[in-house]
Amino acid sequence: MKLNELTIKEASYKLQNGEITSVELTKACLDQIEKLDQKVEAFLEVYSEEAIESAKESDKRREMGVSNGPLDGIPYALKDVFATPNHVTSAASKILENYQAPYEATTVQRLRKAGAIILGRTNTDEFTMGSSTETSHFQTTKNPWDLSRVPGGSSGGSAAAVAARMALFSIGTDTGGSIRQPAALCGIVGIKPTYGRVSRFGEFPMASSLDQTGPFAQTVEDTSLVLQTIAGHDDYDSTSIATPVPDYTKSINKNITDLRVGIPKEFFGEGVSSKTEELVHAAIEQLREKGAHIVEVSLPNIKYALAVYYVLAPAEVSSNLARYDGIHYGYSATTDKSQDPKNLYEDYSQSRKFGFGDEVKRRVMLGTYVLSAGYYDAYYKKAQKVRSLLKQDFDNAFKEVDCLVTPTSPTPAFKIGEKSENPLEMYKSDILTISINLVGIPGMSIPCGFENNLPVGMQILGNQLGEEILFKVGSLYQAVTEWHLAKPDIIQD
Amino acid sequence: MEKANITKSDVEKIAHLARIELDEAEKEKFTRNFENILAFVNELQNVDTSGVEEISQIAGLKNVWREDEAGKSLSNEEALKNAPASEKGYFKVKEIL
Repeated sequence: MKLNELTIKEASYKLQNGEITSVELTKACLDQIEKLDQKVEAFLEVYSEEAIESAKESDKRREMGVSNGPLDGIPYALKDVFATPNHVTSAASKILENYQAPYEATTVQRLRKAGAIILGRTNTDEFTMGSSTETSHFQTTKNPWDLSRVPGGSSGGSAAAVAARMALFSIGTDTGGSIRQPAALCGIVGIKPTYGRVSRFGEFPMASSLDQTGPFAQTVEDTSLVLQTIAGHDDYDSTSIATPVPDYTKSINKNITDLRVGIPKEFFGEGVSSKTEELVHAAIEQLREKGAHIVEVSLPNIKYALAVYYVLAPAEVSSNLARYDGIHYGYSATTDKSQDPKNLYEDYSQSRKFGFGDEVKRRVMLGTYVLSAGYYDAYYKKAQKVRSLLKQDFDNAFKEVDCLVTPTSPTPAFKIGEKSENPLEMYKSDILTISINLVGIPGMSIPCGFENNLPVGMQILGNQLGEEILFKVGSLYQAVTEWHLAKPDIIQD
Repeated sequence: MEKANITKSDVEKIAHLARIELDEAEKEKFTRNFENILAFVNELQNVDTSGVEEISQIAGLKNVWREDEAGKSLSNEEALKNAPASEKGYFKVKEIL
């Protein structure tokens, strides 16, 4: 067994009993990046020397009988949207190409204090706006299962890094499906926690009422170890939830007898590939065999979720991205020798013309439109009301059931270029994940089979702060199935 | 699906408000994009929301307070570290008028 292919749990055990060192483990990951990342293009930058230095410190701690917990010495990959001191954080945008944040994101800080080894920053759609990593200013990440296909997005670099076994886990962000959809398309586990469970401090914002940070890993249990470390209240994020974080290890490999699993009928049928449906139904059947009660439920307003999202998210985007003005930081037309803005207005409008890519411009302008005088009530306010109806639908469903199970993505990975010229088609690839951000509940994607040799994911949804249910159902499913053990051909040779 | 009525001059107005300079080809493209996307989101107009309150905070948090005490913050030097242009400890901008 190659070290870079270990799970966190296995590696942590081997580190503890002295079978391996963090330096060996980190080198194995760096070697895998060296070997495969020219093809996969998951990373925007790799911090090789720094990773080895941190690994040495971890080994030194262990020699002295100290460990900072299960992530001490474990190498991970970080989506390029978290403030990391002494490094560039670009959000895969030209406007932040050389930006070095003068502060540290809470998630990065908590992982550093837990002893996790940061390997580098991974590719994403520009400012996380996309479902394929194709809107990145720098590169398009490839799906390790088929290099002609997308890894999903926006956290496609982080998902591909774990799928190609370049890192034992990775961190992503999810505003409408940006963790769950790439997890599904890359055949790994990804969890978007409850809104407010993980601090957003230092996470470059896209849509502040929807954004949430979460981990990718090979197994459900591994994601629980990472979430345990990064979750919890933070004084620097007033929207973070104060409720103490439960001990997630208590939810792993427990029985699910009498657990009520809801199947929302609106998540099946038109637009969802029949093989995907078949695989998710087979997974549900396995949960029934393990003692779960399967109940059909209905979320009647779910058909409006995508429309609600494409009013609210752009509105928040237009406000959040107003900070990129060519003056405080980032690309500026004024200091670009090929441009010649005459006044402040032209400095703003040219810095944003040359600093932002198409999808970012599209969403900033769409958001500006729905918030502008005369349209605010018809679009923004209306969408916030329909969002209330969606919340009521989920509240009603969770009176009947403990969790919901659906497909994560309507289809497996699509071809690079297939949807990039048609924004509305691209938006529809998030149709099964997007409502979950609007209602703030947790969701997880787990591998549940293959369609034409491409991974398919099922989505498990819990009520607010219901992460324990996701870990319970997910870990039990992985105890009785082997889909998560399959590896892409690219890493076999 | 109701057709959204977006003209090139609407796009020019939005681009002005958003402070994004567009060339002619971009104006044409975004006009078409917005027609499609707005036609799609216009289905919201069919939902009966009479008596429904809009949601403002999904986690149910109300006002979050802290003591009014100064904490640590960025130094002037750190705040200006990434500035494209600065002078005497200030951000430097082009003339406004």
